[in-house]
Amino acid sequence: MQKMAGSSFPEEVLEHVFSFIQDGKDRNVISLVCKSWYEIERWSRRRVFVGNCYAISPRMVIRRFPEVRSVELKGKPHFADFSLVPDGWGGYVGPWIAAMAAAYPWLEEIRLKRMVVTDEGLELISKSFKNFKVLVLSSCEGFSTVGLAAIAANCRNLRELDLRESEVEDLSGHWLSHFPDNYTSLVSLNISCLTSEVSFSALERLVGRCPNLRTLRLNRAVPLDRLANLLRRAPQLVEFGTGVYASELRPDVFSNLSGAFSGCKELKGLSGFWDAVPVYVPAVYPICSRLTSLNLSYATIQSPDLIKLVSQCQNLQRLWVLDYIEDTGLDALAASCKDLRELRVFPSDPYEAEPNVSLSEQGLVSVSAGCPKLQSVLYFCRQMSNAALRTIARNRPNMTRFRLCIIEPRTPDYVTLQPLDAGFGAIVEHCKDLQRLSLSGLLTDRVFEYIGTFAKKLEMLSVAFAGESDLGLHHVLSGCENLRKLEIRDCPFGDKALLANAAKLETMRSLWMSSCCVSFGACKLLGQKMPRLNVEVIDERGPPDSRPESCHVEKLYIYRTVAGPRFDMPPFVWTMDEDSELRLS
Amino acid sequence: MEAGTKKEKMGFEETELRLGLPGNGATTHEGAEVARKRGFSETETETTTVDLKLNLSSKEPGRDPTTEKLQKEKNCLLTADPAKHPAKAQVVGWPPVRSFRKNMLAVQKGGPEESEKASGNAAFVKVSMDGAPYLRKVDLKMYKSYQELFDALGKMFSSFTIGNCGSQGMKDFMNERKLMDLLNSSDYVPSYEDKDGDWMLVGDVPWEMFVHSCKRLRIMKGTEAIGLAPRAVEKCRNRS
Repeated sequence: MQKMAGSSFPEEVLEHVFSFIQDGKDRNVISLVCKSWYEIERWSRRRVFVGNCYAISPRMVIRRFPEVRSVELKGKPHFADFSLVPDGWGGYVGPWIAAMAAAYPWLEEIRLKRMVVTDEGLELISKSFKNFKVLVLSSCEGFSTVGLAAIAANCRNLRELDLRESEVEDLSGHWLSHFPDNYTSLVSLNISCLTSEVSFSALERLVGRCPNLRTLRLNRAVPLDRLANLLRRAPQLVEFGTGVYASELRPDVFSNLSGAFSGCKELKGLSGFWDAVPVYVPAVYPICSRLTSLNLSYATIQSPDLIKLVSQCQNLQRLWVLDYIEDTGLDALAASCKDLRELRVFPSDPYEAEPNVSLSEQGLVSVSAGCPKLQSVLYFCRQMSNAALRTIARNRPNMTRFRLCIIEPRTPDYVTLQPLDAGFGAIVEHCKDLQRLSLSGLLTDRVFEYIGTFAKKLEMLSVAFAGESDLGLHHVLSGCENLRKLEIRDCPFGDKALLANAAKLETMRSLWMSSCCVSFGACKLLGQKMPRLNVEVIDERGPPDSRPESCHVEKLYIYRTVAGPRFDMPPFVWTMDEDSELRLS
Repeated sequence: MEAGTKKEKMGFEETELRLGLPGNGATTHEGAEVARKRGFSETETETTTVDLKLNLSSKEPGRDPTTEKLQKEKNCLLTADPAKHPAKAQVVGWPPVRSFRKNMLAVQKGGPEESEKASGNAAFVKVSMDGAPYLRKVDLKMYKSYQELFDALGKMFSSFTIGNCGSQGMKDFMNERKLMDLLNSSDYVPSYEDKDGDWMLVGDVPWEMFVHSCKRLRIMKGTEAIGLAPRAVEKCRNRS
């Protein structure tokens, strides 16, 4: 080992050391040590994650990191999932693809979430990156199967094509046939969001010739009687998503399917199960004990069948299910699945006021008691009590993600008729590592005081129909040190808390407020005072300056950025900036 | 400073070009008071001079003057306070179920005869307007009448004026001569594609029927909609 001259190792050594560090945050820290480390680090960074595509420009990323192989971008705010962000808002990936096509010829991976992707963009990807391997489009939109055909035809080294929950204009299923006959490198394919049929023979041939295929998630259009053939061609599968899981019971089909499942010795995760019928569920019994992940959230089977199924899944770590499971099913889950880490219970009938299933707070309490590793919960229900929340909190101090949705807004504790402040307060007090929290039910400013006081590790908070005054917002903004994302709808929070905590907003990725009480005047002020924030007013009633300054804006999206105001906004979005002139797109 | 706890890999790896540690160097722009995190009562705003005395350990819900002022300010909102909506009115985006899942649920509940289109809970149709670069989507189930729909469309495409569509307007709409006048003007006319793939003028059929048969909406310039008129007028004639 050569002696240390001055304070530096040769660059090659440092580069080698840095190559063991993948995490972006760690790399950011490394880059701050000194100028030469900054330089070495930036030339050797291979992965970039941009949590808000408008926080920085493609040019700036490329300038700093010239040798990137993997890019992950996120676009629209989370509330876009619930139709709160009007179409045309933005999140276009086009400029990024164009810039990267020129700068990163060796790019291998693109992962996008809530962005608008076009067929032209997909075609450009397929032609610009010779070694392209991974395309993940999560909740994206704007493209069709034409773009997918280009990817299939041109990306010779493609490993992963994952379209999870994207909105794809489904012109035909023939795009799948564009994979060349000598293409064999597929590892992961998720087409579960597609509505039209894909060509089965093309699919079977594709699956048959890709020996490394680990994940295959089919769309609803694939009938049940096709599954066995596919499984037999890919016995090495680890994750499998069925198509529609319903058919007339035919013993030959059943035994064929069951045999095919049994033949997949590596299978650990199952999903799909659209419209599942009870008679075919037992086909998976032989492999239940190996399963770690089960997504039954589209399966319309009822509690007794669900109980029989989950009782056999002793190694289950993740369960997504409809509220058909009911409290009794959750009791069974608590008794059988001691390794459970994540539970999501979705509503089967969210728009009815009256409950259609016997699912209450009790089910969640049972699971919290019976599953010591439970740390991530998403639970839709119609009643809750402070006592139940306190019990859950005490049972599971290791909880890191807790999202509770009581279906009717402002529902109080059903036993005491009190607000649920104390219950959520217990959650934040006991669950010291809580990173994500979604609130619901009747809540006063008190709950925000608890959150500000205790939720020191909280990174993301979702609030709806809660609180009484600016005090609530102030507690959160001034108390939650690690807060990165805050999304609020229909709460009486206004100017004062926002302006008093303006500096806090620069430490966060973004803040969304809709149907609150923030005035246009305050937005303008914030935009003027905080040049490193984009303060975007979204208002479909027309230009905000056509109304008094004290009028509340419909929606507000504030995010930190080093790229300045964006210029791709639709007519109903205005950026408040330093010039305090309204910039129309 | 950033190292802290090893967070679970949720992908929290930002290219953080450091903007400066919070609390230091942040006072380079004017209005430094705003940058302070405490000092809530010293907030500078142009819109209010109320000195908000915060009592953080207060046990009563705040009844301070600011809440009342907020209520007054809220009233200038053109849209109604959601809290005042009737209990069963559907609120946009609540409960927070993703559209993919919503549509799936609707189809599953609906059964074969309704499974052509997401029914029961949502009826999203695309809306395009001649000359506008953006497609929008509306959920027809959110509205109870043509008037409500037109109001919403009007807000969405604010340069778009439909010829008079009150109840008198609807009668006029059905009246052949007035319809012709409308179509000849430069106003916009809403048309829709129905289940059979035909393009019709909006307003032809009873509202409920329209919601079930409408697949997409197009807001055309009146002059372009001329070709649609005869069918609509025919249907009117046949009915009256």
